[in-house]
Amino acid sequence: MILQPYDMRMGAGTFHPATTLRALGPDPWNAAFVQPCRRPTDGRYGENPNRGQHYYQYQVMLKPSPPDLQDLYLGSLKRIGIDFSKHDIRFVEDDWESPTLGAWGLGWEVWCDGMEVTQFTYFQQMGGFDCKPVAGELTYGLERLAMYIQGVDSMYDLDFNGRGVTYGDIFLENERQMSTWNFEVADTDRLFDLFRKATAECELCLERKLPIPAYEQAIEASHIFNLLNARGVISVAERQAYIGRVRDLAKGSCAAWMEHNGWTA
Amino acid sequence: MADFLLELLSEEIPARMQDKARADLARLFGEELAKSGLTSAAIETFATPRRLALIARGLPLETEAVSEERKGPRASAPEQALAGFLRSTGLSREQLVERDGVLFAVIEKPGRKTADVLAEAVPAIVRAFPWPKSMRWGRASQTTESLRWVRPLQGIVALLGDAVVPFEIEGVASGAETVGHRFHHPGRITIGNADDYAAKLRACHVIVDQDARKALIREGATAAAANAGLVLVEDEGLVVENAGLTEWPVPLLGSFDSAFLQVPREVIQLTMRTNQKYFAVNDRDGKLAPNFICTANIVATDGGAKIVDGNRKVLAARLSDAKFFWEQDLKAPLDAYLPKLENMLFYEGMGTLRAKAERIAALAAWIAAEYFPERDPETARRAGLLAKADLATGMVGEFPELQGIMGGYYAEHAGEKPGTVSALQQQYVAAVEGCIPACVALADRIDTLAAFFAQGIRPTGSKDPFALRRAALQAIQTILVNGTRLNLLTVLERAKAGLSVDGGDVSLDTGELLDFFADRLKVQQREAGVRHDLIDAVFALGGEDDLVRLLARVKALQGFVETEDGANLLAGYKRAANILKKEEAPTVAAATPSEPAEIALVAALDAAAPKADAAIAAEDFEGAMAALATLRAPIDSFFEAVMVNDADPAKRAARLGMLARVRDAVHRVADFSRIEG
Repeated sequence: MILQPYDMRMGAGTFHPATTLRALGPDPWNAAFVQPCRRPTDGRYGENPNRGQHYYQYQVMLKPSPPDLQDLYLGSLKRIGIDFSKHDIRFVEDDWESPTLGAWGLGWEVWCDGMEVTQFTYFQQMGGFDCKPVAGELTYGLERLAMYIQGVDSMYDLDFNGRGVTYGDIFLENERQMSTWNFEVADTDRLFDLFRKATAECELCLERKLPIPAYEQAIEASHIFNLLNARGVISVAERQAYIGRVRDLAKGSCAAWMEHNGWTA
Repeated sequence: MADFLLELLSEEIPARMQDKARADLARLFGEELAKSGLTSAAIETFATPRRLALIARGLPLETEAVSEERKGPRASAPEQALAGFLRSTGLSREQLVERDGVLFAVIEKPGRKTADVLAEAVPAIVRAFPWPKSMRWGRASQTTESLRWVRPLQGIVALLGDAVVPFEIEGVASGAETVGHRFHHPGRITIGNADDYAAKLRACHVIVDQDARKALIREGATAAAANAGLVLVEDEGLVVENAGLTEWPVPLLGSFDSAFLQVPREVIQLTMRTNQKYFAVNDRDGKLAPNFICTANIVATDGGAKIVDGNRKVLAARLSDAKFFWEQDLKAPLDAYLPKLENMLFYEGMGTLRAKAERIAALAAWIAAEYFPERDPETARRAGLLAKADLATGMVGEFPELQGIMGGYYAEHAGEKPGTVSALQQQYVAAVEGCIPACVALADRIDTLAAFFAQGIRPTGSKDPFALRRAALQAIQTILVNGTRLNLLTVLERAKAGLSVDGGDVSLDTGELLDFFADRLKVQQREAGVRHDLIDAVFALGGEDDLVRLLARVKALQGFVETEDGANLLAGYKRAANILKKEEAPTVAAATPSEPAEIALVAALDAAAPKADAAIAAEDFEGAMAALATLRAPIDSFFEAVMVNDADPAKRAARLGMLARVRDAVHRVADFSRIEG
């Protein structure tokens, strides 16, 4: 299935309900979609060639994980033009963990000539529940892969449409302004308020046994937390408490989803 | 005899787990063999990113038949006892042997085929393998009981001699086939036996021996640097890691924009090392060159040009990030980061780093004023205040390993005094040298210890999560390396007072903390050959908390007790102390000494005691020992010539008094009762 991006601000394609919620339960699920991602603390005011607070992931989830997943993955790289006789592809240990989703998995970051171009994970737990069966998740970094294919040094130099419009033409000013807002401007009192509201709304949905809207509010709370973090107003001591708060929302949503479907842990 | 080859092919095994996995495989395999009475002439193990392999040499083809005799009941025993014995042995009455009225069972265990033993042993090893982290995968993972391995297990080669040892582990069947290098030789290859395993893999671009790969990386990296007129910065950790990431390692030299060299070299080296696994390279003058060496896993058809260029881009992005932090951090002087420490906890429930900085500043200034000849408390205060400021900078947030080092750079840029810069740079090293650095390091560590002890937190057994033992050890090393003369107990009291922010009570037993230091000192000095009982003997006198003086005294004492005079004096002392322990204090007036031995001893004591006192006051501990040594002969003669327990109570009282004087004289130097031997 080819799906569309989720229309909410989120830190990674993994937050898309087509990944998180579908990783639970016994049903097979094979889906792919592009997801714009926002990571406020990765903002560099447009000054870093491959890191920004907004970028695109292409997310593939195959459940249960097929036995030849690595070969399928390498086939996809070949298909988009990576020549294995000239490029050095490596699977480097990277145990994935999302403290806010109560999720973890084992896998690698895939390197192409030293650059991480994909996160490759076998989900073991989601929302605190064992994945039965385990899903394989491939998260491609689209800008970075495009940089290889087009042979450019900076993502802002990527040719976006083959007619001279660059990625920078479209997104550079966005990076500058959003970095400024994320790091310097965003009103933290209002952000704290939004966090509380999302939390409360999530709890309301959980009471009414509506796991999908509840999970949307967990996504919202997670992003607001990331913004507060970028503003540097969450102390080390509070940090764990906030992460725990978001995790509770995500776990509650996952538990409600399990219950809704009649699955047991 | 035959050799056994086992290869467990999987998706990429983390580099850091490979060495332990080899050791575990060898150990578990040996244990499984031993259960069947088998031993191997030699077990070798190999690991690459994709395979864990073992070769066991010289296995017999069958296990030996074992005949085991078990003693049973007497022939005359009741029926039930016999029935029980027959049940437990599985034999009938006729099969038992009778000797001297006792029944014996002889149980024959026939030999088994080694292949059968292995077919059971390997699955057992795989199922119980102690990976630090393992996972489930695929269709079988419908249940959490499915096989766990470090990453999905893809194949098994099991050959005893030339024959496959057949078994299956959850759908993965053993065979003779494996795969070559992922890109150079992706097809399947068939292994003949243990002897052609490495050669066949090598022909398919896989060097299965990790040590051979390490050597290739070492040599290749050295040569790549030398070819460009540069010098490799050797790093064995990186050699091992890169060997764990490659099956066919190819070191390649690349370069980066020299504009990045304005960032401190520690930052560049760290980001190259931890994020990219690159070796750093120096120019001939030992300065960091704008180059890196990466280790590719293929022989690229373009000679590696694209690989080097790709790695250059990644590094440029990393360095541009580092440069971003460096420039951001430098926008404000180091002291501007102090307010941010108010949001950072020292430890949960133990106040903020800002408060800790104040305490370090105050204590460092006090130590500097009190104990250091430079008398520069204001610099010590400033350095102490700034010691933790770099924890709030972007660079240390990104690279926590650079704490201290970055503080030094930022202090230098902010125009702080050299003493401050050095104090910040050195604060996390074991033995800190120089006045200001030592004051800051001592203040920091002593405050940390006092704070934890005041919370009732101290190391227990092997558990020391806050590294308090190390903190004490580092304080001791700093005191000793600088020869700093300070009264540790007084400093501890001062640290305790510093913890009391609002004048409230701090529950801290400084005596207990001093004992903790004494224990650490004993451990530390043991390596230098200093006897712990002698340290105890000096500590036991009480009032000695100047570690430099204490060690001087202990060393003089050790020199003394190892001489003949010393050993004899110790024996005499112990005899005296034993008698004094048993005897009650005399109640009658003491007689004046009359025997020549008594007179000689009293004269020797009269002469030695003031000499020892004077020598100790002058910290001439060898002199004090020499004064004690003069007592040895008179004490020996005394014990030879007189009976302490004389019938005359006055004489007895006089002699006990003399022994007490001997004990007191010796105790001027150390509590000899604590000395062993």
